[in-house]
Amino acid sequence: MATPPPPPPRLLPSGDAAVTVEFGRVIDELANRRVLALDRALADTPIDGVTETVPTYRSLLVHYDPVRIDVEELAERLSMLARLPVPPTSSARRWRIPVAYGGENGIDLEDIANTLNMTPDDVVARHVAGDYRVAMLGFTPGWSYLSGLDRSLHIPRLRSPRLLTPSGAVSIGGLQAGIQCLAGPSGWRLLGRTAVRTYQLHRNPVFLLEPGDAITFYAIDGKQFVEQDRAAERGEIVAQLVAP
Amino acid sequence: MSKLVLTAVGPATSVQDGGRYGAQRYGLTPSGAVDRLALAAGNCLVGNPPFAAAIEIGPFSTSFAVREGTVRVALTGAVRDAEVSGRSVPFNESCTLVGGDSLTLGAARDGMFSYLAIEGGVKGEPMFGSLAVNARAGLGSPFPRPFQAGDVLDVDTARAGIEHGIELPIQADGPIRIVMGPQDDEFGEATELFLGSEWKISAASDRMGYRLEGPTIKHLHGHNIVSDGTVNGSIQIPGSGQPIVLMPDRGTTGGYPKIATVITSDLGRFAQIPVGRSFRFKAVTIAEAQTVARSMADLLRTLPDRVFEIRNANINDALQNANIGGTAVNAFDSGTWQTWPPLEQ
Repeated sequence: MATPPPPPPRLLPSGDAAVTVEFGRVIDELANRRVLALDRALADTPIDGVTETVPTYRSLLVHYDPVRIDVEELAERLSMLARLPVPPTSSARRWRIPVAYGGENGIDLEDIANTLNMTPDDVVARHVAGDYRVAMLGFTPGWSYLSGLDRSLHIPRLRSPRLLTPSGAVSIGGLQAGIQCLAGPSGWRLLGRTAVRTYQLHRNPVFLLEPGDAITFYAIDGKQFVEQDRAAERGEIVAQLVAP
Repeated sequence: MSKLVLTAVGPATSVQDGGRYGAQRYGLTPSGAVDRLALAAGNCLVGNPPFAAAIEIGPFSTSFAVREGTVRVALTGAVRDAEVSGRSVPFNESCTLVGGDSLTLGAARDGMFSYLAIEGGVKGEPMFGSLAVNARAGLGSPFPRPFQAGDVLDVDTARAGIEHGIELPIQADGPIRIVMGPQDDEFGEATELFLGSEWKISAASDRMGYRLEGPTIKHLHGHNIVSDGTVNGSIQIPGSGQPIVLMPDRGTTGGYPKIATVITSDLGRFAQIPVGRSFRFKAVTIAEAQTVARSMADLLRTLPDRVFEIRNANINDALQNANIGGTAVNAFDSGTWQTWPPLEQ
């Protein structure tokens, strides 16, 4: 028996120069796959007047030039593209990202373990065992929001965000896991730190991760972190690209 | 080459241009001038492409000095007192400064940001096609940060020639036009309150977002949504119920519901509303907003047609116009020298 086609997305106006194509209102794997599929379809079949796209967990923001395309025509063409079948995700790039967990690199690990009634090692083991996908990048350059966090690690964000968290912070918040690139404010809980720069000027590529990339983590110690951080500072990528 | 020095700088003064588009999917916000029409007008006056980099000047006093050579500049945007060596410098006109000149600007009188466009533009290394400062991302050239007192810019030496003025249409003073959505359904009746109320710009506003003061806008289902994309002009309602209008240094995604979006053509006018002044919003359809956007694009395209030569740019003419005695003198032309009152009398 054929599965019924998923419902069409909602097209929500974001002013006169962007439209939000919303596939769902909650974090959900299928909605994100449909977002990334529409993003891919738009890259393969560009619509004249569309200037850039921003994929997120549940919607694709499509920026357009209101002088070059009417919103009705754009909406019609986006709706058509959104009806195309969602391709399998097996073709995604896969990265292994080293993380120095706990201690000064992950100041919330003990608290997370206490809150979730686990040992810190359990928390690390479950985080390392996860198979993640880059659902979106946003907020600040290279901030990578990952789907695929183990249910047992779902934990509310901090009541009041920290004004400064370190570059390379690997954190969890709610149902989400994240890799933060630049130092800055965050209300997420810090598990560890990676030397991988998801954004680095004067490196090729400047942005390492693409929405849709698959991610796994592996644990390193603090000394390895320091060595990798020096290499990364010189422009080495540090992360391992294992597939395709 | 000539040198332009920033001798005194208020906050929020930085190099800005048309912005850095194409990498919002990686979390890189576009930045760029908050008032694109003022930027384009300034550039037009000094013969630059409309969205070339210029100095965006925050609301407070700022001073410049020409250390070497001659520099042609034009001031546009928020009007403020401007003078060179005691002589007043008009807005929306080019003028040429020579070595030793100081250009002193007061605080913005009716607006927030002014622009100093420089003939030949700002010299720097573009990143993602833009010189615009985005301090958080370490981007911007020649300085990846707002200006500090003592910063020196290498600029083109002004070409000889007369000065120019520009005739800009008088901007409508009506409400700021918005398109409702994308999450106006999170607000129910509070939407009427939002549209029916007067708002003020809070002093706690910057190039990331303008905070508004007014009635509390309550959410139907709480203030957290799953983060989605933002645009310039997105009107977020955080937990406090006090709206934040996102500006060019915004985060590319955000987790607060967005009740409405300022239309692109009104973004510059909105950005120039002074702190504390009351204004209202007015909802329009996307089709109406697109019609206005096309008129704005036409205006930007035809700005060069609005530029005129300033006949009294030459000092002789200037003195003649100012001199009620009727005879002008030229310091470089002894034939025109005279004393006052005339000795023969």
